[in-house]
Amino acid sequence: MTPFSFGGELFGMWNWLDAVVRVVIVVTAMTLVVMYLTYGERKVVARFQQRLGPTKTGPAGLFQAFADALKLVAKEDIRPTNADRWVFELAPYATFVPVFLVLLVLPFAKDWGVRNLTLGMFFVFAVLGLNIVGIIMAGLGSGNKFALLGGVRAAAQMISYEIPLVLSLLAVAMVAGTLDLNQIAMLQEDRPFIVLQPLAFLIFFTAMLSEMHRAPFDIPVAESEIVGGYFVEYSGIRWSMFQLTEYASMWGFSVFGSVVFLGGWAFPFGEDWGWGWQLALTFMKSIAWILTIFWIRTTVPRLRIDQLMAFCWKVLLPLSIVQLVANGFILVYDWPQELLTATSGAGAVLLIAIIITRSVRRPKNKYVGSYRQVGVTS
Amino acid sequence: MSIWPDEKVLTPGEAEFDTVDMTINIGPQHPATHGVFRMILRVDGEVVVDCEPYIGYLHRGLEKLTEANDYRQAMGYWDRTDYLAGMACEHAYVMAVEALAQIEVPERAEYIRVIMAELSRINSHFLFLGAFGADVGSFGTSFIYAWRERERIYDLFEEVAGDRMFPTYMRVGGVAMDLPDNFEQRCRWLLGSIRQGIEDLDGLLTGNEIFVERCRNLAPMTSERAIALGITGPILRSTGLPWDLRKAEPYSVYDRIKFDIPWRPDLQGDVFDRFWMRLSEMYQSARIIEQCLEQMPKGGLVLNPDLPKTLRVDNGEAYIRYEGTKGEYGVYAMSKGGNKPYRMKLRSPSFCNLSALREMVIGSYVADAIIILGSLDIVLGEVDK
Repeated sequence: MTPFSFGGELFGMWNWLDAVVRVVIVVTAMTLVVMYLTYGERKVVARFQQRLGPTKTGPAGLFQAFADALKLVAKEDIRPTNADRWVFELAPYATFVPVFLVLLVLPFAKDWGVRNLTLGMFFVFAVLGLNIVGIIMAGLGSGNKFALLGGVRAAAQMISYEIPLVLSLLAVAMVAGTLDLNQIAMLQEDRPFIVLQPLAFLIFFTAMLSEMHRAPFDIPVAESEIVGGYFVEYSGIRWSMFQLTEYASMWGFSVFGSVVFLGGWAFPFGEDWGWGWQLALTFMKSIAWILTIFWIRTTVPRLRIDQLMAFCWKVLLPLSIVQLVANGFILVYDWPQELLTATSGAGAVLLIAIIITRSVRRPKNKYVGSYRQVGVTS
Repeated sequence: MSIWPDEKVLTPGEAEFDTVDMTINIGPQHPATHGVFRMILRVDGEVVVDCEPYIGYLHRGLEKLTEANDYRQAMGYWDRTDYLAGMACEHAYVMAVEALAQIEVPERAEYIRVIMAELSRINSHFLFLGAFGADVGSFGTSFIYAWRERERIYDLFEEVAGDRMFPTYMRVGGVAMDLPDNFEQRCRWLLGSIRQGIEDLDGLLTGNEIFVERCRNLAPMTSERAIALGITGPILRSTGLPWDLRKAEPYSVYDRIKFDIPWRPDLQGDVFDRFWMRLSEMYQSARIIEQCLEQMPKGGLVLNPDLPKTLRVDNGEAYIRYEGTKGEYGVYAMSKGGNKPYRMKLRSPSFCNLSALREMVIGSYVADAIIILGSLDIVLGEVDK
């Protein structure tokens, strides 16, 4: 009698039933997680801003997520008269479905996932790329110029940042020698890949923020400029699907990123401590990842679209290509693994140095606190 | 090699293929217009080709209302011009009426007025810092930080005058009532809190590389051009011209107080300098208040006792220039006898400053147009009167 495991076959030969049960469990769990991410974000951001966040609905405002969901479902679903009907109405699904598809291949613990694909990582890129279609549909179909601007900005930004994102992940895949996410996690039992590929980690994190339109890359949804961007015309349940997508992609990216770079369920205990610990580890790592995203969001302002593009094409892309080439040499000639850390670490230092030298050329320290000293009295 | 694109923007003529301009209407209800301002942008992709500002959504006929009311009754309307700094507007108004009717003000009242006016300047600038941070995209953090200090200033106003935003505290010939007993202690505590708030916002915004990158070298302006457009206040000072009416033509008790006009050798009147100028001015305002608290007579009248029950003014006219929070706040008062002014005119700084918007915005990105508008720090109550 083997101990209970989500892995393997739950219903023997009834493969389809097995798949249905897993999908239902994962989608339900994800919806709950996403609902509570909105609550969590409101609480955490409130703390950053010296506020309390939701407190009234239930203990510590815990039922706020349900109250919001109920309100959104009950709201009227408005379609502007000059919207392109089908494009407008289908756009939320086109953004929502790809993001939830990503969740199907993520290993939350050993073999805990809906399906364990050999090409898991490839599936993630492929499916995430589809997300853009829905956003462009929303931008074009709304019949609103703010939405159009938002949609076009999103398209430009997401297509550009997908390249460094994929290249940084390919670098990890080269080191791992596999695209299977479960195996990638398992390979990190002793040391996570962030140690071997720090540059890939930095590039992935930046590009991920951009793909999710989180600050400082929230240009397509810029609240103070284009008032929400592509979803400006949506209301009620369709609007909430966009929100759900945003948080689901945050959760998906966090789990994915912690599996690829932070060792997922495998680091540091491996398989010895059972699935409970593995689940807890994945969860803790992804929560840390999400909190970092919240932290960045509350502190930094937004970049401008040309600065954003320049950063992608002139900094992230060359660095990720150089890293791929370096990895290739090291792996083909079977040089020691420390070289991976060294080259990628040097790249990471270079990336940070590029940003800092930029600040040195326009020294920020010159301005911080300068309001006190300078002045003319006469 | 420069990593970031230089500030040069691709003009429409340089585009390689034909594009069609798009008209975007921003406002009057838009989070970035700070009130009911409307601008119609013609954009070529992300680049602004033309900008047409529309004002008048908040017009309430201030001048006409003042002419229809008693000198003292009309004061409540003047709070509502620059509604972020009600006390400063009241101060300018009562100064104009006093100049017209030649009324003396007790010394203690002068100090109280300056304290209140400087507190409202700090208040207004805090709102600017917070809202500007939000315009640049810092997700409300700067806004809430600024709000904390503003609430404390408003609490003090409430204790002093009984109202927060529109205190109607000043009177022709003094102020309505004396300060509460614990005022000095509370005010000193508030100054500490304000300094902390300035430092927090300085660290959050000035210390942020993205913020500096967005604002530096954006829409710079020379002193000559600023003067030609009639721009005054922090925007004029940010071009490098240290012109402050509190120094140039000291009124009230400003000639007895030591403070600096913020200045830096590399001022170029860009968006960052406007931000920096307001940040520095708040610090100077805190200095002014501190000195006022020290120099203020500890007792005595706060309202001229010789005033008649109804203020009647002989024929005459007066114009005062007041360093408001947004610039030169000019009040022209003319009397042809009686208890009402024959003509009152407000030279509102926001209105004149707004005239620079079009030429600053053309050629910039849509995202920059928003922060340029934010950096002008207009108050629609004052623009539309």
